[in-house]
Amino acid sequence: MTPLLSVRNLRVAFPTRSGLFEAVRGVSFELGRERLGVVGESGSGKTMTGRAILGLVRPPGRVDADRMALSGESILNLPERRMRRLRGARISMVMQDPKFSLNPVMTVGRQIVEGYRLHTGVSRAQARDKALEMLAAVQIRDPERVFHAYPHEVSGGMGQRIMIAMMLAPDPEILIADEPTSALDVSVRNEVLRILDRLVRERGMGLIFISHDLNLVAQFCDRVLIMYAGRVVEELPARDLHAARHPYTQGLLNSLPRLDRPVERLAVLQRQAGWRDAPPEGAA
Amino acid sequence: MTRTTRAWLLSDAPQTRRQARLGALYQGWLTFRANRLAMVGLAILVLLVLVAGFAPWIAPQNPYAQNLAQRLQPPSAQHWLGTDALGRDILSRLIFGSRITLFIVGTVALIAPVIGLFVGTVAGFAGGWVDQVLMRITDIFLAFPKLILALAFVAALGPGIGNAVLALAITSWPPYARLARAETLTIRRADYIAAARLQGAGPLRLLIGHVWPLCVSSLIVRVALDMAGIILSAAGLGFLGLGAQPPMPEWGAMISDGRSYILDFWWVAAMPGLAIFVVSLAFNLLGDGLRDVLDPRGGRE
Amino acid sequence: MVQPDMLDQPGRDGPPPAAGAPSGRAMRLGRRFAGVALSLVLTLLGLLLVTFVIGRIMPIDPVLKVVGERATQAQYDAAYQAMGLDKPIWQQFLRYMAEVLRGDFGRSISTGHAVAQDLRRVFPATLELATLGTMIGVLVGVPLGVVAAARRGGWIDQVARVVALVGYSMPIFWLGLMGLLLFYGILGWVGGPGRQGIVYDGMVPTVTGLILVDSLVAGDWAAFRDAFSHIVLPAGLLGYFSLAYISRMTRSFMLEQLSAEYVVTARVKGLSERRVIWGHAFRNILVPLVTVIALSFGSLLEGSVLTEIVFSWPGIGQYITKALLAGDMNAVLGGTVVVGTCFVALNLLSDILYRLLDPRAT
Repeated sequence: MTPLLSVRNLRVAFPTRSGLFEAVRGVSFELGRERLGVVGESGSGKTMTGRAILGLVRPPGRVDADRMALSGESILNLPERRMRRLRGARISMVMQDPKFSLNPVMTVGRQIVEGYRLHTGVSRAQARDKALEMLAAVQIRDPERVFHAYPHEVSGGMGQRIMIAMMLAPDPEILIADEPTSALDVSVRNEVLRILDRLVRERGMGLIFISHDLNLVAQFCDRVLIMYAGRVVEELPARDLHAARHPYTQGLLNSLPRLDRPVERLAVLQRQAGWRDAPPEGAA
Repeated sequence: MTRTTRAWLLSDAPQTRRQARLGALYQGWLTFRANRLAMVGLAILVLLVLVAGFAPWIAPQNPYAQNLAQRLQPPSAQHWLGTDALGRDILSRLIFGSRITLFIVGTVALIAPVIGLFVGTVAGFAGGWVDQVLMRITDIFLAFPKLILALAFVAALGPGIGNAVLALAITSWPPYARLARAETLTIRRADYIAAARLQGAGPLRLLIGHVWPLCVSSLIVRVALDMAGIILSAAGLGFLGLGAQPPMPEWGAMISDGRSYILDFWWVAAMPGLAIFVVSLAFNLLGDGLRDVLDPRGGRE
Repeated sequence: MVQPDMLDQPGRDGPPPAAGAPSGRAMRLGRRFAGVALSLVLTLLGLLLVTFVIGRIMPIDPVLKVVGERATQAQYDAAYQAMGLDKPIWQQFLRYMAEVLRGDFGRSISTGHAVAQDLRRVFPATLELATLGTMIGVLVGVPLGVVAAARRGGWIDQVARVVALVGYSMPIFWLGLMGLLLFYGILGWVGGPGRQGIVYDGMVPTVTGLILVDSLVAGDWAAFRDAFSHIVLPAGLLGYFSLAYISRMTRSFMLEQLSAEYVVTARVKGLSERRVIWGHAFRNILVPLVTVIALSFGSLLEGSVLTEIVFSWPGIGQYITKALLAGDMNAVLGGTVVVGTCFVALNLLSDILYRLLDPRAT
C-alpha cells in the first residue's frame, strides 16, 4: 500500500550573505494513517520540513528532494496553481500561536468559511453550516456566537480549537501540527490535544506532530523522528523512546526532570560535530 | 588595511571595550559600504563639502559680479550654466550657494534634534504631568502647518538667513521629541536602568548617562532622513523671499529670480533647482544607508 | 477527566461577551471619545495661543495699520482703546478667543474684506487642489506600495523606490515651474496659471466653491474642461508628492503584515496569492493607512503654499503668504487657525475611522 506521504532526501536551503544555509539536509520518512512525532531543538529544521511539504518555502529559499509524493503522486516543486489545490484540501497545517495565526480583522466564521468554500465550492449557507458543525466538533459550546467573534475575543485554547476546526473543515488527508500547544496554558493543552487526536483518528488522517517536547510526543504519537541540525538522527516507535540509542536523543531525555527518578543535577545537553553527518540510527 | 587589523576588528571575542566599539563601527561601515546607492550619496555630499570649502578657488567668476552686457546668456563654454538677469555667472553662484545650504542644514540639524531629545527624554522619563504638558506642547506644534508656522516666524522676526534657520529649527523639533519619548519609554523599564538606580544613580545621571546615548542612534537616522526635507523647506523659504536676502546666492531665491524668465530663459531657474534636487537626493540616499546600519529594526526598507 | 465544557469558563477560555452587552462597549467608546475630544480642545486652544503670541511679537503696529500713518494722536489712542490693547494681556487673549469662536477673524487690511469672508472664498480652491492631489496619491500610491511589497526586489519595487526617492528629494516649486515650462509653455497641453481661463471667470454660479463640481452642477462642460486643464498640473504635482509618501508607507506596512503568521495560515488554506495579499494582509494595514492618508491630505492642504504661488492658484496658502508679506496679521492668523483646525479635524477623523475599521479597538 502506498503511504499517504513519502519524502526522500528532502533539502531546504537559503542563500545568505555568508553562503548557502541548509536548514534541512536530506530528511527521509514515510507517513501512513498514523501520528508521527518530529522532535528537535529550535533550528533543527523541523518547522522547515513541514513548510517544505506544503510548498510554503518562499524564494529565495530552495526545496529539493529525490522524492516527495502524496499518495504516490509527486508534489515536489509543483506549479503554484496546482499546489494551491492541494494545500488546505489535502494537506493542512495548524501553527503554534492562534494569537498570530488567525487574521485579527476577520471574524472567525469568515476565516473558516473562506477556505472551505474555496475547495468545495458549496454555497454560503452550506459553508456556514459546515463551519458551525466544525466548531461544535472541536467542542466549542456556543458555535453561533464564536462564529461571529473576532480572534481577539477568544482565548488561546479556544483560538487553537478554532484553528483546528478551520484546517480540518475541507477534510484533508494530512495535518501538520507545528507546536500546536506550546503557546497555550498548561491547563488547556491536554484538552486541545485530545480534540486533535480524536478528530485525526475519526477521519483516519495522517498527523505530523512537530514539537520540542519529547515527553509529549512519546505519549501522543505512534512513531518519533528525532531531528538535529537539519537531519533525522534517529527514528523509533514512541513507546521505545526510553531505549533510544543515539546519544543526542539520550541527551534530550536526560535533560528532562523526572518525578520517578529525581537527580541531583540535570544533565547539560552535549552536542558533537560528528552527529551532523552520521547516518540516522534505527532507519534500517 | 592589513589582514591583522581586519581580523582584530572583526573578532568574535573582543578583548577590550575599545576593540568591541571599533569592531562594531567597522561592521557598520561594511554594511554601509555594501549599499552602493548610499555610497553615491556619501560621495556627492563629500564633494559638496569640498566645493563649499574651496568655493573661492573653484568658482570661475565672482558670484556677485554683475555684467549687464552678458545678462541671460544660455549655457556656453564661457558660462557653463549660463548667466542670470544681472549677468552673473550661475555656476559660480551655485558654488557659493552650497555654503549657505550647508550652513542652514547643519545648523538646523544641530538645533532641532537636541531640543527634541531634551523634551522627549524628559517627558518620557519623568512621566506624569510633566509628560502630559510637554507632549501637549509637542502636539500643538505638530498640529501647526509646518511651513506656514515657519513663514509666520520669519515674518515676525524679519526675513534673513539666521531667522530662517531659527524658524526651521522651531518647527522641526516635535517629531524628534516624539521619537525620543518613545525610545525612553522602552528604555525606562529596562533592567539595567533599575540596576543603575539601585546603585544610587540620580535621575539626571540616568538621563544623561543611560537614556541619551541609546536615543542618539535612532535620532541620527531620523536626522539624516530629514536633512533633505530641511533643504527643501529652506529653499522654499528662500523662494518666497523670506530666507537669505539678495544678493546672496541662495538656491531657492535663485529659482525665484529665474521664475519671471522661465518661458524664455529656462536655465536661470532650472540650474539651482537641479542643485537642490541632487543634494537632497544625496541626503536621502545617505539616510537610507545609515538606517540600514544603525536601525536594524527598521529592516532593509 | 475534565469535561471540555468545564474549561469554557468565561474569562479564560469562554466565548466572547454576548452581543447583547453593548452598553459596556458603548461606555468605553464614549469615554475614549471624551478623552480624544478633550485633547483636541486643548490642542486647538494651544493653536490659538500660539497665533495670538505670534500676532503680539510681530514688529508691526496693528493700530497704525488701522488708522493709517497720518492719524492724529487722539485718533490713534481711540483706536488703541477700541482694539482693547490697553487691557491686560490675558483679557486680550480671551477677547481674541471669543472673536475666533464666533468666526470673526477681523478685517483684512490688504483686501479690505472680513478675513472670514476671504477665507470662505480661498479655502475651496485649496480644498479642491488638495483633494484631487490626495486622490491621485491614494489611487496610484496604495496599489504601487502593495505590489512593491508583494514582489519585493522585483522591478515594480525598484520603480516604486525611485519614484519615492525622487519625490522626497524634489523641490516642489521647482518641479511646478518646470512642469509649467514644458506642458504649458512648450507643449501647450494644459491651462496656464490660475484656476480658470479669463473667459470663464465668474461664469459658473458658486455652489460648493469647487469649480470642477460647480461646473458639473451647472452642466457647463466647457467650463469644466477649462477648470480641469488648469487643475491637472498642480494637482498632478501634489499627487506625485502624496503618492511618493503613501506608496512608501504602504509598502512598509505591507511588508510587516506579509511576514505575519496569519498570512501563512491563509496560504495553508490554499488561497491564491492575490487573495492572501488583498483579502488578508491589506485589510490589516487599512488602519495605519487611513492615518497616513489623513496626514498626507493635511500636508497637502499646507504644502500647497508653494504650489499655489507657482501656479498663481487663489487658495489659502497664497492668501496667507501674501498677507504675511503685506504685514496683514488678521489674515495670516485667520488662515493659520483654519489650516491648523483642518489638521486637528483630520486627526480626529482618522481616530474615528481607526475605531470603525479595527475590531480590536474599543
